[in-house]
Amino acid sequence: MAKDDLLGASLWDAYSNKVTTLMNNPQHQGEITPEEAKAHGNKLIVADFGAESCGDAVRLYWEIDPKTDKIVNSKFKSFGCGTAIASSDVMTELCIGKTVQEAVKITNIDVEFALRDDPETPAVPPQKMHCSVMAYDVIKKAASLYLGVTEESFEEDIIVCECARVSLGTIQEVIRLNDLKTVEEITDYTKAGGFCKSCIKPGGHEDREYYLVDILADTRREMDEEKMKAAADAQLAGADNFEEMTLVQQIKAVDAVIDENVRQFLIMDGGNMEIIDIKKDDDYIDIYIRYMGACNGCASSATGTLYAIESTLKEKLSKKIRVLPI
Amino acid sequence: MQVYLDNNATTMCDPQVVEVMQPFFSELYGNPSSLHKFGTATHPYIRKAIDQVYTALNASDEDDIIFTSCATESNNWVLKSVFNDYIVNGEKDHIITTEVEHPSILSTCRWLEEQGVKVTYLPVNDQGVVEPHVVKSFITNKTALVSVMWASNETGMIFPIKEIGEICKQNGVLFHSDGVQAVGKIPVDLQDVHVDFVSMSAHKFHGPKGVGALYIKNSQELSPLLHGGEQMGHRRSGTLNVPYIVGMGKAIELATANIDETTAKIREKRDRLEDALLELSDTFVVGNRENRTPNTILISIRGVEGEGMLWDLNNGQIGASTGSACASAELEANTVMLAIGADNELAHTGIRLSLSRFTTDEEIDYTIEHFRNAVARLRAISSSFAKVQPTPGGEAGECAMPHHMAH
Repeated sequence: MAKDDLLGASLWDAYSNKVTTLMNNPQHQGEITPEEAKAHGNKLIVADFGAESCGDAVRLYWEIDPKTDKIVNSKFKSFGCGTAIASSDVMTELCIGKTVQEAVKITNIDVEFALRDDPETPAVPPQKMHCSVMAYDVIKKAASLYLGVTEESFEEDIIVCECARVSLGTIQEVIRLNDLKTVEEITDYTKAGGFCKSCIKPGGHEDREYYLVDILADTRREMDEEKMKAAADAQLAGADNFEEMTLVQQIKAVDAVIDENVRQFLIMDGGNMEIIDIKKDDDYIDIYIRYMGACNGCASSATGTLYAIESTLKEKLSKKIRVLPI
Repeated sequence: MQVYLDNNATTMCDPQVVEVMQPFFSELYGNPSSLHKFGTATHPYIRKAIDQVYTALNASDEDDIIFTSCATESNNWVLKSVFNDYIVNGEKDHIITTEVEHPSILSTCRWLEEQGVKVTYLPVNDQGVVEPHVVKSFITNKTALVSVMWASNETGMIFPIKEIGEICKQNGVLFHSDGVQAVGKIPVDLQDVHVDFVSMSAHKFHGPKGVGALYIKNSQELSPLLHGGEQMGHRRSGTLNVPYIVGMGKAIELATANIDETTAKIREKRDRLEDALLELSDTFVVGNRENRTPNTILISIRGVEGEGMLWDLNNGQIGASTGSACASAELEANTVMLAIGADNELAHTGIRLSLSRFTTDEEIDYTIEHFRNAVARLRAISSSFAKVQPTPGGEAGECAMPHHMAH
């Protein structure tokens, strides 16, 4: 939210001239009859996608030369808004002249790109991207009918966000590599969830198999488990190793020991602690901590508790450790 | 010709209203709270506006009608202050409203739920209204407030406010009604019905935007939403918006002075338009027209998606509205259409046409012609009316139940 967002943009103003022109006057709207196809010695494929109850529906007609698998003519019928009609129109345009095997490679990104007035400017606003996804889906369906295979056989990856065509693998990878913590960050990195928003969480425009919120939570959980495992491994490896660790590894290792041996007792008494910094020279490794909650100001925090923390860390990690509360 | 048929969204400010507002910008610009004559010079005009509003609604002198910035403020005020006065600082924990309220009610209720309030969202019947016995069945001794709109912005259907008011009175529960779509469109007599709070907005009855009011029966307790300079008898702070208050007074007077006569004329045009559109096959209009605000039509046109229809109407210089599918950022089906139990496939085909007293017969003729042309064009493109059927195996499944507010 900032100055430019104060007045919501008009949906229709964000349409490209091509979208407007094709909505007003679609070029390939109509039907191909079985008689027509037969007269040309061609095969007719008719496929539906979507339904009126979903808010948009498209019927795609392909007249295919069975000798070459080439789509010699294509038409559509569409129940939908301007973008849905324009997307369907440009989809049929893209199909004509291609073989079925080539056509199945047309994605919604191609459809949207073909609707642009210039390569840099999106043809439709983000929430309208899902209209072009229908074009992609109905092509897959038509191709599966013609080739006698399932629609899934055309899809190599699991696609989480249909609008931006982002796969599950990609999303998991960016979360890990960039340590992403929010769905907004995933959208910034991949565009997934930036358009019709159905894939963000259940309850959107369409039901999805995977949702970004779940993928994020699962991936973060895996990352946390790995981190804990790494810390535990480091702990097992013993003191020699601790002194050679990087600062981040040392902090994790200290955290893991505290988690395992100390923290629950602090929390039981209404307190807690955090690691502020680690400084080392030849003789000592100084771990600076801060007490929180009830520990703060507790008499034992400078005596008994402190001694317990320090001796545990000494035992588990390194004899050189000194613990300094600040 | 251009035709504005979106008067449930907002209306043209009546030129007579603009005229009475004029002096209060650069001539009589004093602050009514001031002691000097610049301030006090505005008092007679504000008093007149207050009288105009009380007269229009037949409010008693014991009642308060407080000017606010809009009905959204009025609705927020009632809900949040009832929450404060009767739930946070009282024994109650429950509010009853309906599934079809304006977002200023529904979003506020969702926020109240986050604060721990129990909120019941009542369903509507196939006429799009809540039945009084349904309200009654949900009232408990923990219910603080019932909030039910007087008339629907989407369908124009008029809710049984008098009956619900009696039920609330008998059960000792506060009753609020969002009267935005009723005031100025149908007679509203606040001594005939028992309502504790009524919200209204001037720009829905040819007044200016940015001014509304909240009616409070018997000047009863309701802590302020806006704290500050204690204007409006300590009930609503903020310097009085003198030109807009004067404008609202004039607007409500013009809208209600001969309301039966005015609405009869609007109704006649509306009915003519409705009859003409219903001659198209596979169309239906939501709700019995006798129990509808006289200016509103919500029509469903099979095979024609709502936003596509708006597009074609807009190309014909006609401004209408749809709450359905692609038109809203949330891409949802029209919630009212779903709530009245319309078939799923019709939930994306609703078009709302709302007239005003400025709508002319010529505009109705023009609209009928353009509407028919648009339906013909879009049905020619529509897959719903395609003749060649899909290749076996190429059929699409029905949509999963469109997302619907789950409560």
